Amino acid sequence: MTAPRDKFGRPIVVVTGMGIVTSLGAGKTDNWKKLTAGESGIRTVTRFPIDGLKSTMAGTVDFVTVEPSSSTALTERLADVATEEALAQSGIGRKGDFPGPLFLAVAPVEVEWPQRIEVGRAVGKIDFDVNDVLAISGGGKFAPYHHRFMFGSVAGHLAGKFGTKGSPISLSTACASGATAIQLGVEAIRRGETDAALVVATDGSVNPEALIRFSLLSALSTQNDPPQGASKPFSKNRDGFVMAEGAGTLVLESYEAAVARGATILGVVAGCGELTDSFHRTRSSPDGKPIIGCVHKALDDAGLTPEQIDHINAHGTATPENDKMEYIGISAVFGERATQIPVSSNKSMIGHTISAAGAVEAIISLLTLEHQRIPPTINYEIPDPAIPFDVVANVARDARVTAVMSNSFGFGGQNASLILTREPI
Amino acid sequence: MNKPKEAWITGIGIVSSLGEGLDAHWDALQARRINVDEKRFAPYIVHPLAPVSFDAQIPKKGDVRQMEAWQRIGTYAAGLALDSAGVKGNQEILGRMDMIVAAGGGERDVPVDMAILNAYMKGNSSPAFLNERLMNDLRPTLFLAQLSNLLAGNIAIVHGVSGTSRTFMGEEAASIDAARIALARIESGQSDIALVGAAHNGERTDLMILYEFGDFNLKNKFDPVWARGEHSGFAMGSAGVFLVIESREHAEARGAKPYARLANVVTDLAQRKQPGAVTRSLAAMWSRLGKVGDNGALISGATGVDPVTSEEKAFLRDHPDCPVRSTGTSFGHTMETQFPLGLALAALSLSRGALFPPNDPTGLEVEMSKPPTQIVVVGAGHWQGEGMALVEAIK
Repeated sequence: MTAPRDKFGRPIVVVTGMGIVTSLGAGKTDNWKKLTAGESGIRTVTRFPIDGLKSTMAGTVDFVTVEPSSSTALTERLADVATEEALAQSGIGRKGDFPGPLFLAVAPVEVEWPQRIEVGRAVGKIDFDVNDVLAISGGGKFAPYHHRFMFGSVAGHLAGKFGTKGSPISLSTACASGATAIQLGVEAIRRGETDAALVVATDGSVNPEALIRFSLLSALSTQNDPPQGASKPFSKNRDGFVMAEGAGTLVLESYEAAVARGATILGVVAGCGELTDSFHRTRSSPDGKPIIGCVHKALDDAGLTPEQIDHINAHGTATPENDKMEYIGISAVFGERATQIPVSSNKSMIGHTISAAGAVEAIISLLTLEHQRIPPTINYEIPDPAIPFDVVANVARDARVTAVMSNSFGFGGQNASLILTREPI
Repeated sequence: MNKPKEAWITGIGIVSSLGEGLDAHWDALQARRINVDEKRFAPYIVHPLAPVSFDAQIPKKGDVRQMEAWQRIGTYAAGLALDSAGVKGNQEILGRMDMIVAAGGGERDVPVDMAILNAYMKGNSSPAFLNERLMNDLRPTLFLAQLSNLLAGNIAIVHGVSGTSRTFMGEEAASIDAARIALARIESGQSDIALVGAAHNGERTDLMILYEFGDFNLKNKFDPVWARGEHSGFAMGSAGVFLVIESREHAEARGAKPYARLANVVTDLAQRKQPGAVTRSLAAMWSRLGKVGDNGALISGATGVDPVTSEEKAFLRDHPDCPVRSTGTSFGHTMETQFPLGLALAALSLSRGALFPPNDPTGLEVEMSKPPTQIVVVGAGHWQGEGMALVEAIK
């Protein structure tokens, strides 16, 4: 039996349950089948009118619906679905009684347009101002909207429903949120505070304003036709990311606790690295130093060398800037091997699930370890010569994979890298 | 596990309705000064930010322009905290400093929202209408002033704090958890030094609408929080508070002087549907917190909203020997910032060897003549989330 501690004397953190929802479907089985078949979940948006929009496609999760509809309600529901799957697989605790804390990656919350319009209608006069809106907002008519649009509402719901312990933490590190949530869970277990942590990352925020905000920052692909072809990580003709929805839940446990209860171990979170870029609000430092430092920190935390990484699940958003910077960072750390390690971006198929991405892609990385098969980067027809990664182009590839690096880089200088292995190292 | 490392508060940055910096706040608290504006948003009451020259901490005009008020307030307070800790500009330390920010979201462009709503109500509700107006009327960079994690992003850009950066959300509880996680990481050796705090712009009609949905706003007449009774509610306050917290050995190695020790932080999510849940939660946390001796005091972040404030009062009545102060009366409710504000005032009081005077007509707050050696900071969110910290004097 392997020692229950890693080479630094810390409890080993393992994954015993996983749940996933993306635009491709609900559940690991369906997602894995479609991901390895190179299917895209990106489609033209039908949830709301797309007239006048520059980007009209997204990876929406249309098979899950909520009433009354809002991005926050959908975000919550996606988290429920993924978490139910993860808990069923893990078999930990009892129904409604999870024996550890909740770490939730979730998008920032605010009142949305349908609700704003509903409140506006209630003013009952023309040419009103904000004071008129304020005057009719109280008295209980809109009381549910207070709770719905609190930042802590999704975490409060999940903590109640699944019975996690203590104060649930909601966090945002933009596009790295899912990875940060995993990191917080890993740290709590390593500190010995808990034997288990529930990590949930969820994003259901494809609504008109969210789409337009990214569009106004010129971050989104405008290659609307066909929508499945829009997300082109590492291609010369890539032009931005595609917004998407999804959720991922991981049950983290100490190796010792998992073995003690006879749980099936799905993989190990061997290392986490994080380093802030203070260069610019949306752009990476041109020298790539923060990404390089982040990747080094993850390797050091896992006690691995670059030679021991045999697959990179890239952040790979398909923005011109990100993919270039990811290559610069990886090549600085991995040297020549940067062109030899199979690299793939799940975002080519499922789009960018923003707050959920770090966890969704960690789960796909763990499925890659389980199946020894790497999902492809689709739409890779015109390689960018400036990014000579060994991209897993268009079709899945069987490979011997023992350690995966999963990267997440976000607005606000947020960089996080995870290292996932099949077995304790 | 190894013995937990001791954590010191070595830097404090405050900007609020009472001014900026430690001396200004100490003087204002001694004078029992309260800065409320009952007219600007009447019938709603706010504690407006005191005049601040942001360029003192945010020298580049371009940076100031890229931020909305809450980010400026927070970036400013973070700069004050780094100055206070003596690490401003120290790239070696800043480059590995951990940061946990508790944040809500940035303000809406209210005139744009109102113009769109008015036009929509006049029948301009074609499918393309909302899309076109948002495409044309939203400032492209406004999003960056709204994203929760962009306060941390701005602190990284302006001050160079660039070890790790995590933003916690979830109203009052976000900053209690921020303090708890920062402390746990330092105690366990996962972190040597951290910048922890929050910022809140209370002068926002978009937030007033959100809280009005739940009838949380104080209206018409200002009263101290303990005196609100039937007339319950909170008056939003503007404030930014950041703390530098570091391991004792890290502080001593660089010759830093501590304000106080952060001994413990505990948190809870009480099941508030049950009456008395907050009282029970606070009592349970008090017993987990560590022994509070005869020279203890308590700083409450009570909102003035019922039933939670009444439930907190019931808890306080069980500790009649522990002098109480409320930040809500003097500063208003600063949401995510309320708990760091309590920590800051606790550390300040301990370092000055005195608790600031009461400011309460109900008699719940009493004089404390002896120097406090321990101060318990209490936070009970207006709708969910509870927590408590123990701050101790360093002899």
